[in-house]
Amino acid sequence: MGVKLLLEKASVPGIRSYDVYRREGGYAAVEKALKEMSIEAIVEEVKKSGLRGRGGAGFPAGMKWSFIAKPEGVPRHLVCNADESEPGTFKDRYLMEFLPHLLIEGLIISSFALGSNDTYIYIRGEYAWVATILEEAILEATKNGWLGKNILGTGFDCMIHVHRGAGAYICGEETALIESLEGKRGNPRIKPPFPAIQGLWMRPTVVNNVETLAAIVPIIKMGGEEYAKIGVGRSTGTKLISACGNINKPGVYEIDMTISVEDFIYSDEYCGGIANGKKLKACIPGGSSVPILPANLLLKTAKGETRYMNYESLSDGGFATGSMMGSGGFIVLDEDQCIVKNTLTLARFYRHESCGQCSPCREGTGWMEKILQKIESGKGEMSDIDLLWDIQRKIEGNTICPLGDAAAWPVAAAIRHFRDEFEWHINHKELAQTSNFGLQHYADPIHVPA
Amino acid sequence: MSLQFNKEQMTELNRLVAHYPEGKQKSALLPVLHLAQDSFGGWLPTEAMDYVASLLSIEPIEVYEVATFYSMYHLKPMGKFIFEVCQTGPCMISGSENIIAYIQTQLGIQPGETTKDGLFSLKLVECLGACGYAPMMQVGKIYKEHLTKDKVDAIIAEYRLQAKA
Ligand SMILES: Cc1cc2nc3c(=O)[nH]c(=O)nc-3n(C[C@H](O)[C@H](O)[C@H](O)COP(=O)(O)O)c2cc1C
Ligand code: SF4
Ligand code: FES
Repeated sequence: MGVKLLLEKASVPGIRSYDVYRREGGYAAVEKALKEMSIEAIVEEVKKSGLRGRGGAGFPAGMKWSFIAKPEGVPRHLVCNADESEPGTFKDRYLMEFLPHLLIEGLIISSFALGSNDTYIYIRGEYAWVATILEEAILEATKNGWLGKNILGTGFDCMIHVHRGAGAYICGEETALIESLEGKRGNPRIKPPFPAIQGLWMRPTVVNNVETLAAIVPIIKMGGEEYAKIGVGRSTGTKLISACGNINKPGVYEIDMTISVEDFIYSDEYCGGIANGKKLKACIPGGSSVPILPANLLLKTAKGETRYMNYESLSDGGFATGSMMGSGGFIVLDEDQCIVKNTLTLARFYRHESCGQCSPCREGTGWMEKILQKIESGKGEMSDIDLLWDIQRKIEGNTICPLGDAAAWPVAAAIRHFRDEFEWHINHKELAQTSNFGLQHYADPIHVPA
Repeated sequence: MSLQFNKEQMTELNRLVAHYPEGKQKSALLPVLHLAQDSFGGWLPTEAMDYVASLLSIEPIEVYEVATFYSMYHLKPMGKFIFEVCQTGPCMISGSENIIAYIQTQLGIQPGETTKDGLFSLKLVECLGACGYAPMMQVGKIYKEHLTKDKVDAIIAEYRLQAKA
């Protein structure tokens, strides 16, 4: 069993309620932070912990906090990003649904450290029942003196507000989220100015992911240095992974980032192997935006070394032969899955979610979907593959926000690693409608544990 | 104006607006549109959007541009129960296509349509954050996960019964 810092208490009966959470040692971190620590000391512990943002980009949380501007007389805000809409990702939902008070506790400490008297949780609109769970938890915390005026006699006032979105992946991007929180369309802003200087209502704002903010609790409890000892290298602490697709045990797992990808997929503690006795074909290890990897490159790096479930190892080899930790949405595809079709559904997703501000993204995502649809439905031509490649390249790096890149990468990686499958679709138009390319891709027998 | 929040809904409106600083009441637009949609028959006619604009002291256009941007707001009348089935990659590789086809046959409608009795609408949606519990769909505020054909039958029966009650 790996170390559990976030989900340790998830299976305690009734842990969703304040009384049980408190009895299990909850809110001790708030007491410690607000009564015994200075703001500088809290930020210092977060820096020492090496905690990296869990929303996808992996930016060091302590450093982000130290960037927040503190102009005289201007309120500052902490915003918790609970938009969670990256396909494959459902870890924040789990955390909020089962351990709402853990998030509230992390939010109180973080709000104190950042000087946010009004903190917002921006939750995706579809998670309506989760929003209700959070609101109930906030009410309980307020009744028990953890929120409101003059918390623990420190003179610090704090209220947490739950704001429901209304269906838009782009609102997970931090500046689109801020726009949405201001009651507007989710159009990302051009940076600079960065939110830390001018964010919500043009006030200094920090946006952090749910899991990042929950991780503040164990960091305060155990100290940044101890937290940093868990994991490996710059992948400190634990990470929530939401595993889905063709595996025996889909679900949310907390890992300490020292475990190998192979163990994660095949051990009974985690995914429990590929479902229905099938073979592993490919995997998108960090949410739909990150490059897909064929089984051989997933389990071992191009250098033939074991690949591990951490930031560095997952990206080993760059985009040529590696991928990314991303949001921790781990999507497993078995031998029966068609890469063209899978890529098509993702292309459709990004076309649907593009806010439309930048032409490369607005037009490019539509073209990619159309061409993939053409190949998938047996009307493709060889030149379509190069055209796809060309379009994705022209989107990447040419847009206001990273959604453009996020749309380009899955298409690029699919062509990079599975070009032969695209060609097969085009050469076997009829066959491709009824059967599948399967594992023909591998010239070498792939490593598949018995 | 015939569309108006009742007393309870007004209380809820005030609770929503109170989350934001003075003068920033526009921030409540998304939550208030949810309230309006829930209160006025499951969709947002222009009249409802104009009403929301007046309540928040903003221009109607500011409401329209938001209502048209977000996928959860319906701009035309929908069935009493909307089956919003996820069709994105993780659900697709877990069998969502069969489920979608099955729902189409059972309800006799295509995606985007509503049954003649006005009970059910079918809508295909993108990832709802339930990929590990696929195939799945959202009905109102509830997620229905690990869908099978039997489960779909039971769900349809459940809502038919609910409609009669
Ligand atoms: C298109 C797009 C969607 C995003 N969606 C999310 C999301 O759902 N949740 C999230 O925490 N971060 C999301 N992000 C990343 C945020 O912009 C931001 O980096 C993050 O919330 C910062 O928090 P962290 O540093 O704690 O990770 C998204 C980014 C992009 C470009
Ligand atoms: S890259 Fe796409 S989603 Fe991002 S701002 Fe441009 S058009 Fe909008
Ligand atoms: S892909 Fe269907 S819920 Fe995520």
